[in-house]
Amino acid sequence: MTWSRKIVSVGILALASAFLLFAPLGLKPYGIFILSMWAVMTIAAIGLNLTLGYAGQISLAQAAFVGIGAYVTGWLTTKGAWPFWPTYFLGFASCFVVGWLLGYPALRVQHHYLAFVTLAFNTLVYLVFRNEEWLTNGIYGLTNVPRPSLFGYSLKGAKEFYYFCLAHLVFVSAATWWLIRSPWGRAFVAVRENPIRALSLGVDTRRYTLMAFAIGAGLGGISGTLYAPLTQFVDPTPFALGLSLNLLLMVVLGGSGYFFGPFLGAVVAVLLPEWLRFAQGYYLMGYAVLVIVMMAFWPSGLLGLADRLLKR
Amino acid sequence: MNPVLQVRDLRKSFGGIVAVDGVSFEVEEREILGIIGPNGSGKSTLFNCILGQLQPSAGDVRLDGRPVTGMRPCDLNRRGVSRTFQLLQIFPQLTVRANLILAGQEHQGSMLSRLVGRPDAGLSAVAERMLGFFRLEHLADEKAGGLSYGQQKLLDVAMAFMAGPRLALLDEPAGGVNPTMLANLRERLKAINTEQGATFVVIEHNMEFVMTLCDRILVLAEGRIIAQGAPADVRRDPTVIEAYLGRS
Repeated sequence: MTWSRKIVSVGILALASAFLLFAPLGLKPYGIFILSMWAVMTIAAIGLNLTLGYAGQISLAQAAFVGIGAYVTGWLTTKGAWPFWPTYFLGFASCFVVGWLLGYPALRVQHHYLAFVTLAFNTLVYLVFRNEEWLTNGIYGLTNVPRPSLFGYSLKGAKEFYYFCLAHLVFVSAATWWLIRSPWGRAFVAVRENPIRALSLGVDTRRYTLMAFAIGAGLGGISGTLYAPLTQFVDPTPFALGLSLNLLLMVVLGGSGYFFGPFLGAVVAVLLPEWLRFAQGYYLMGYAVLVIVMMAFWPSGLLGLADRLLKR
Repeated sequence: MNPVLQVRDLRKSFGGIVAVDGVSFEVEEREILGIIGPNGSGKSTLFNCILGQLQPSAGDVRLDGRPVTGMRPCDLNRRGVSRTFQLLQIFPQLTVRANLILAGQEHQGSMLSRLVGRPDAGLSAVAERMLGFFRLEHLADEKAGGLSYGQQKLLDVAMAFMAGPRLALLDEPAGGVNPTMLANLRERLKAINTEQGATFVVIEHNMEFVMTLCDRILVLAEGRIIAQGAPADVRRDPTVIEAYLGRS
């Protein structure tokens, strides 16, 4: 990386961090809620970026993992009266295990076939959320999911819970940064770019593919465990295929395989529709046109475009 | 002492087509064995069967006397067998240095220790040496996809030696490489053979290259060994000439 690129990157990162730290001070509770939702969705998108962007395994099931995480925390903190933290780890662990199992079809099929396998999985999980009333309370959902407290300090307020979500985003980002710079990250890219050569260099492509699915799903689970106390209500609707497609959009639009891609993609997918509300009924149409134009002209995403511009 | 590699009566058929038809040979420690033969004679299929990329229909492959027939390529690699492919196989989006580190990292510690340990898996110094050895040091931080074909070929071969293999199987290392780069490649391979004591099996179409590099040559035609011996003898063998040029 050249010095000018380093300076630009550090500058943008500093500005974005300052915005994220101070923005809630000037925002109404709904604005803070949206910003919290951005942080939570970014975590899920970081997970999908690991599976798709780095390891090259398409998944249309990320919403299912957000849902599993949300239901684990939602159910256990309301009906089970558990404290938040054990449900947090359980949400991550259960998604990790289910993600690992979902990785097995990826050892046999790839690309659009794999997309359909994961799509079917998402539909299956959604149907369980909706129809298995004894377990999930069906369409009535789980209400009054409590927000946790930290060292006796209540996180009930919008602002407090926002900083809690932001802290998680920072933690997940740091852990992912470590992961992709480690030999594992290199092995993930190898699985994506040339699995046959990778195998001949001792890379156990099966194990790394499963691991990429499991970790990506686990991060989806973490996102879900935060989603439940954020909205304080968990019902099946948000975890249908639509959210999986939206998360895929975040990864691809931000720049698949770029570390900061999901952050930017989530800005476009979560914040932009809110900012475009002034256009009333036309905002979704405008948003759709924007996505078409971006994908047609900059298929490598916003960061891919920035990369090209900075190289000039 | 056992030979490094023993192949006994190896067969591979695809439906009715027999690509490898009962091939047996041995490779001694530090030997450079060349395998030549016309197109379609089964050379690459033979490699793929030895290296676990394809399951042989019959036969036996042993490494240092131990059976490794049908073993997965990654397990075989961790036992000290590395290879290159007929077509270039690098990781274009990774830098040259990252390609090299990747090529050696799976030999360092356990999977968990690689996650929590150093990002370079402790291989920076080895990668630096390899870069110098193959004269690629000025390209270390370039993306591998941006290199010239010849440079990519050198990287491709360098990757096969990152983990210090006991046995390396190279499938057409000289293919598409210009004459200057070719001399460089031969010299590098000879140096690895003497300095690291590595044993090679090389498939090659470039006769000049293979005859000057190898200690012994094995000739395949229609899936069978039709001749073997020192380069000079094989060059004069009438059955070899016939296999390449046809009967007059």
